[in-house]
Amino acid sequence: MHRFRFVLWRPIQLLPVLFGISVLVFVMVRSIPGDPARILLGVRSTPQAIARIRAQYGLDEPLWLQYFYFLRNLMNGEMGKSIIYRVDTLKLIDSRIQPTIFLVLGSVLLAVLIALPLATGAARYRGRLADHAIRLISTIGLGLPAFWLAIMVILLFSISLGWFPVSGYGSDWAERLHHLFLPCLTVALALSAVLTRNLRASLLMELQNDYVTAARARGLSENRIFWRHVMPNSLIPTINLLAVNIGWLIGGTVVIESVFAIPGLGQLLVKAIISRDYMVVQGVVLVFALATVAVNLIADLLTVALDPRVKL
Amino acid sequence: MTAIQGFAAFRRRVLPRESTLTAGIVILSAWLLVALFCPWLAPYDPIAQDPSATLLPPNPAHPFGSDNFGRDILSRVMWGARIDLQICLIGVAFPFLLGTVIGAVSGYVGGVVDTLLMRLIDIVLAFPFLVLMLAIIAILGPGLGSFYIAMAMVGWVSYARLVRSQVLTLKHRDFVLAARSLGYSHGRILFFHLLPNALTSSLVFAMSDCVLVLLSGASVSYLGLGVQPPVAEWGVMVAEGQSFITTAWWITTFPGLAIVVLAMGFSFLADGLGDKWGARP
Repeated sequence: MHRFRFVLWRPIQLLPVLFGISVLVFVMVRSIPGDPARILLGVRSTPQAIARIRAQYGLDEPLWLQYFYFLRNLMNGEMGKSIIYRVDTLKLIDSRIQPTIFLVLGSVLLAVLIALPLATGAARYRGRLADHAIRLISTIGLGLPAFWLAIMVILLFSISLGWFPVSGYGSDWAERLHHLFLPCLTVALALSAVLTRNLRASLLMELQNDYVTAARARGLSENRIFWRHVMPNSLIPTINLLAVNIGWLIGGTVVIESVFAIPGLGQLLVKAIISRDYMVVQGVVLVFALATVAVNLIADLLTVALDPRVKL
Repeated sequence: MTAIQGFAAFRRRVLPRESTLTAGIVILSAWLLVALFCPWLAPYDPIAQDPSATLLPPNPAHPFGSDNFGRDILSRVMWGARIDLQICLIGVAFPFLLGTVIGAVSGYVGGVVDTLLMRLIDIVLAFPFLVLMLAIIAILGPGLGSFYIAMAMVGWVSYARLVRSQVLTLKHRDFVLAARSLGYSHGRILFFHLLPNALTSSLVFAMSDCVLVLLSGASVSYLGLGVQPPVAEWGVMVAEGQSFITTAWWITTFPGLAIVVLAMGFSFLADGLGDKWGARP
């Protein structure tokens, strides 16, 4: 019964956060110096035209009413026109979101594939050479700048070996997979450093529990204890860790998309900032924030579903 | 006494026994010395162009090679240490101060103030870190100043949370009650009695936060929104060398390695201090 209430209650608890996000984004765009009507019309605009645009977009209304219009338009699926592309921001985001989603999913998958064996090795051979080596590698990994790592990966796999394309995003599925592998690998290498450190720590914590001693006393093999009992319990904190890192991961994709010239949301954001296309900046920031909240909500619900020990 | 014995004695007396901490201190001191003395250490002027020495691979005259303007990469990496260390120090100092004060007041005062500040933290944390920073830089305009302001506005939340939780556990201890009964003001108790006891874990966190700040600063500069060329900053240098990657790998490789080594120094120092003080944030 408690669990059902949590599933219903948790999204409602998020409402103040969602409200806060919308206010923050609204205030952010309104605090840009300069008149939006003048920016929209250009330098050679007449005062009459500016007044007409101000009335059309409700810019002459009080601020709270403008916020209300902003929310109403958002509900109608309108985020304001991009100055550069001349289409509604939401349409633009819709056409750019696919590469970003695949980049994030692919990176998480690769990062888990890298981190799981490393963390397992480090925890099982604690204090031995393998443990020290893996800890050193993951410490170095924490300080790798993604943009530089990306260029080094391109240098090795694309230019020297010629295995993967240098940049871009293919037109069919096989090509896209081929194009996305190196970007995913770059993000995954950085993310797996965080994952390895934390999974190692949580495995070591689990190994100290009484049930491990009890299992050993009953004569279970070390392998069975580790894979059947310790590992499943350590994976639940890792799900949360991935969710906490989603914000960091999205930040990483912004940089990586710029390096590899992938036509995703991150590249759109950087280009919009440089060309002062504020409606697009506002839209992309809003979408990224909503995605972060959604992923964290899903992780919360998953934790409750998977871990019977969680107190609600 | 041989050199090895001399070093062993130096290590025993001066350097801490923990190897991680030692590695961190050695790496950071080395970079600090480079940053302080780069006008004398660097063989060339970091922004002087030399048309007769463009795109030279590493050689005795230019150990790290030269770029498309004939500028010496080694000198630029050395001068870059100044900018990037400054990014770490200022980029951490503002969030640290802001977050510590907000967190301490929030935890000590409690009530409505605490609830409101905690909700504000939830909202800031809902945004991806780098994305919110880029949005603030978009409003303020590109530059290092905008980066520092954005860093302060986004980075304070972690410190506020850490200090608040420490203050919450400490504020009912006897020494606080004793100070109250002596008639000390709330401000004096908070800032002179509670805070010094609550700072350990946020100091350790600040060291590891330096890594994040360094990477953010370099990334923002790489994207063209932070430090502007021709200033020798490592992120800018990587961006400048990217178009020559097929012909001149050295332009991007060395500044990137500099970032990695400096970041390692901060990571080791944070790990070492965390182990030593038993404070792992």
